[in-house]
Amino acid sequence: MNELTSIFVKSMFIDNMIFAYFLGMCSYLAVSKTVKTSVGLGIAVIFVLGITVPVNYLINEFLLGPGALSWLGPGFVEVDLSFLSFIMFIAVIASMVQLVEMVIEKFSPALYNSLGIFLPLIAVNCAILGGSLFMQEREYQSLAEATSFGLGSGVGWLLAIVGIAAIREKIRYSNVPAPLRGLGITFIITGLMGIAFMMFMGIKF
Amino acid sequence: MSSEKKEREPLFSARNRKLITLPLGRDNPITVQVLGICSALAVTAKLEPAFVMALSVIFVLGVGNVLIALLRKTIAPRIRIIVQLTVIATLVILVDQFLKAFAYDVSKQLSVFVGLIITNCIIMGRFEAFAMNNKSWPAFLDGVGNAWGYGWILIVVSFFRELLGSGTIWGYPVLEKIGLFNIGYENNGMMILPPMALIVVGVIIWVQRSKDKELIEEK
Repeated sequence: MNELTSIFVKSMFIDNMIFAYFLGMCSYLAVSKTVKTSVGLGIAVIFVLGITVPVNYLINEFLLGPGALSWLGPGFVEVDLSFLSFIMFIAVIASMVQLVEMVIEKFSPALYNSLGIFLPLIAVNCAILGGSLFMQEREYQSLAEATSFGLGSGVGWLLAIVGIAAIREKIRYSNVPAPLRGLGITFIITGLMGIAFMMFMGIKF
Repeated sequence: MSSEKKEREPLFSARNRKLITLPLGRDNPITVQVLGICSALAVTAKLEPAFVMALSVIFVLGVGNVLIALLRKTIAPRIRIIVQLTVIATLVILVDQFLKAFAYDVSKQLSVFVGLIITNCIIMGRFEAFAMNNKSWPAFLDGVGNAWGYGWILIVVSFFRELLGSGTIWGYPVLEKIGLFNIGYENNGMMILPPMALIVVGVIIWVQRSKDKELIEEK
């Protein structure tokens, strides 16, 4: 349990998707104009990361990784399909997003109305594919660890986008130098927030 | 660029030259269109990985644009996203395997960011905006132009970060050779950390927009 909490907190603060790896910057910059929409997108990202990372973990473990096909028989122990992981992961993500969208639409129309428009946007969000690729690179040991990493990264992403959206709402009333207005100042503020987030680096569990 | 056009356009007509030059400045993918930021920032701590990343994107976008332009009449609109993703993923796998075979160190430094070229919004963006309704030669120029516009920002950012952060250019200790350390200069370790990439890009945007007033955003 301790291990899982540690992975969760680490992926949320220390290895924050936005501040440490700049993943999902495109939607981060485009959708962070108001707090309300950014909360919606953030929740959708948590949701999708929480599903795709474990699913891709299983695929990596039982289909793609070195020796993953050994359950098929002794002849398959040598097989290593990991070069296929990019195309496999992106296909899984695209289809999972579609599936999640259909399930939500069927069972919870209210949730669909608030998340619906963000779900298609997410299929090409680099944070999602990045989550699966990091999962593969860091070699998490169990399904629970992979899930905890996925959820933690999602929450970290939500924190970042809500934070910048709140600042952008306020900064509209400030006198920013004209050439910096909009994009430029958002970059610089994100950098400053990143510096603030770096203080978490010392935390050990 | 309609297909009924009788006369052949010269290969480097004014319009085609524009496809290459516009994305370098006025229509830059990173500072103006805001595409492909994710990977742009993460690989810029040193010049070498940034350069390799720029080359990979030029390859993927140039070839991908041509492929999509050739396939454009056969792709049904409803499934175009998955077709585009497959084309990109195939090209990226080629790049990744090539780097692993011939430049293993750089491939380790770039880690997941080679794979993330797949979701680099520049590529999908150019496929959608240009390759889907243009011929293959202009699509190739557009691809290379945009990828290069992305690449030179990467190279500028990584140049400053490497020079100020570790005092080297392409691994060569420039500042040490000219004796700056003897008079009490020290490297700014801050520049290597991730947040400074954002601030450097912010400054580039600032400089570009103060030169080109038309790019300034409305309040």
